[in-house]
Amino acid sequence: MSAGTHQTGGTGSGLVKWIDSRLPVFSYMQKEYAEFEAPKNFNWFWNFGAILTFMLVLMIMTGVFLAMQYTPHTSLAFDSVERIMRDVNFGWLLRYLHANGATFFFIAIYIHMFRGMYYGSYKGPRELLWMLGVVIFLLMMATAFMGYVLPWGQMSFWGATVITNLFSAIPLVGDSIVTLLWGGFSVDNPTLNRFFALHYLFPFLIFGVVILHVIALHVTGSNNPLGVDPKGPQDTVPFHPYYTMKDSVGLAVFVTIMAAFVFFAPNFFGEPENYLEAAPLVTPAHIVPEWYFLPFFAILRSVDFNIWFIDAKLGGVLAMFGSIGVLFILPWLDKSPVRSANFRPIYKWFFWILLLDCIVLGYVGGKPTGDPVVAGVEWFKVIHLGYITTFWYFFHFLILLPLLGIFERPKPLPKSISEAVLGGRTPGATANAKQMEKA
Amino acid sequence: MSDDTQDHDGSRRDFLYLSAGAFGAVGLGAALWPFISSMNPSADVLALSTTEVDISQIEVGQRVTVKWQGKPVFIDRRTPKAISEAESTDLVDLRDPQTDADRVAQPDWLVVVGVCTHLGCVPKGQKPSEKRGNWGGWFCPCHSSHYDTSGRIRQGPAPLNLPVPPYKFLNDTNIKIG
Ligand code: HEM
Ligand code: FES
Repeated sequence: MSAGTHQTGGTGSGLVKWIDSRLPVFSYMQKEYAEFEAPKNFNWFWNFGAILTFMLVLMIMTGVFLAMQYTPHTSLAFDSVERIMRDVNFGWLLRYLHANGATFFFIAIYIHMFRGMYYGSYKGPRELLWMLGVVIFLLMMATAFMGYVLPWGQMSFWGATVITNLFSAIPLVGDSIVTLLWGGFSVDNPTLNRFFALHYLFPFLIFGVVILHVIALHVTGSNNPLGVDPKGPQDTVPFHPYYTMKDSVGLAVFVTIMAAFVFFAPNFFGEPENYLEAAPLVTPAHIVPEWYFLPFFAILRSVDFNIWFIDAKLGGVLAMFGSIGVLFILPWLDKSPVRSANFRPIYKWFFWILLLDCIVLGYVGGKPTGDPVVAGVEWFKVIHLGYITTFWYFFHFLILLPLLGIFERPKPLPKSISEAVLGGRTPGATANAKQMEKA
Repeated sequence: MSDDTQDHDGSRRDFLYLSAGAFGAVGLGAALWPFISSMNPSADVLALSTTEVDISQIEVGQRVTVKWQGKPVFIDRRTPKAISEAESTDLVDLRDPQTDADRVAQPDWLVVVGVCTHLGCVPKGQKPSEKRGNWGGWFCPCHSSHYDTSGRIRQGPAPLNLPVPPYKFLNDTNIKIG
């Protein structure tokens, strides 16, 4: 390591040493983010952890500065956002970064999660790491939902109404819970106020869980595209400079794409209806959530029939929360001892089918249920496609994965990462090469 | 080990743990209560919870919307046809069985909260130009729930009839909701 300002007990300046021996932040950073040994065969999908961290910081930064200009009151909120757009210096930039930032945050987390599913990163010993990730995902959904209410447009209001009403499906106490959430008898000023307070709070909770997520990661070490554990130093490289560099490249590409939307198509992901101020007595003809909620919205709507004593409304809500619940228990549903889908000939196919299924669910969630899927074919409606894709989602997790663990015959795994990466060259030679690079 | 820690079948120490734990839990609950309770409707919100409406200008067959507790309330001066349809409905056809007589104070006037019992959209049908669904009452566009001329659910995902708010006729021309 060249510029050794923060080395453990090393050559750091007097001040750094003085602090470090009282509060070991520098040696902690050095140990966890510089020397941290990571498998040497990461592909680009391993960039998204760094990208997500960047996005969280970006959302908090833009959010705090937006909050300095925003007014959480039903009679002023909409106008205060318009004022941010027109009068506040760079207000348009802050808001478009924040709104598109939410979209790109979700793009990144979805890629990150499907990466985990393809390479089996949720399997032992990384179960808790994975579950903390699902907690982060849930908190992010709650944060984004409440943030979307703040501009107090028509979709803000009706989205909030429909989603808070989900809780009324809970037997006996449902209505009291909804009143408690609203602080009144409909979505109104008390609701907007508390959503603002919580929208400000939750990202910091996310920050806390992210720290736990990283601590868990640094206990087990990272998974890798082969899914076999590193056997020794010949299989890893220090995080810095190797992956700090690679992450920077990926981040630059990601941010460039986001910037293209922020500057050239800032409302591409938005809903025009949300530029109309909230009107509590007029429901828009077609209520849709933001794109990143569409698959879950589709599952909610697809249960439109009673199941035994569970009525359709409660059934839909249970299915929607269940679709995230299965992610929590995923480490115990997938019994196969092999992590990476590259060595699982059958699972590999079902992985891609699941991805397709989720995309189709997203399509279903964005369309009115009674429309035909293909114009002219009247007997096949969006709702039917919803039944099929919702069924498949649960079938994949609850039936297929446990069965595959028993019946699938995996391909032979490589003996080690360096064997697979370097194809026969001796680990000794690699260690030397690494020594030279470091020098 | 000394004598006073050898309390293996546990009576004294366990009792202390349990009672301390129970007191702690009760204390925590008591401390949380004001926080949760502060989220429920406040006195000023509750104070705004009645609305008076002048109904003298509403004609037969006309429907108007008023706001009560932040929610739309539908007032429908029903036509004789709508009334007879509502009254002649067989209760076995209903998902949430209720007679029309149980839902009105005077058959001419139907007063219901205009919030779909599915997920809270405002059903269409207040204006003559709007779709009223297959039973001539209201139609919720969000997930296609149909209500009849008594505001009862007939088709679609909504589980319950449109609720009847508490209201009374103050005189022939005024009602008080809430
Ligand atoms: C996890 C991080 C966050 C996410 C996913 C998120 C998401 C969102 C979304 C989707 C909106 C609606 C944007 C629109 O359509 O206008 C929004 C608005 C807003 N957010 Fe956030 N947010 C995050 C963090 C924060 C933080 C930390 C703050 C404040 C400290 C904040 C303050 C605001 C404000 C004031 C608005 C209203 C202004 C506007 O609508 O642009 N956000 N947020
Ligand atoms: S809210 Fe009316 S049908 Fe869903």
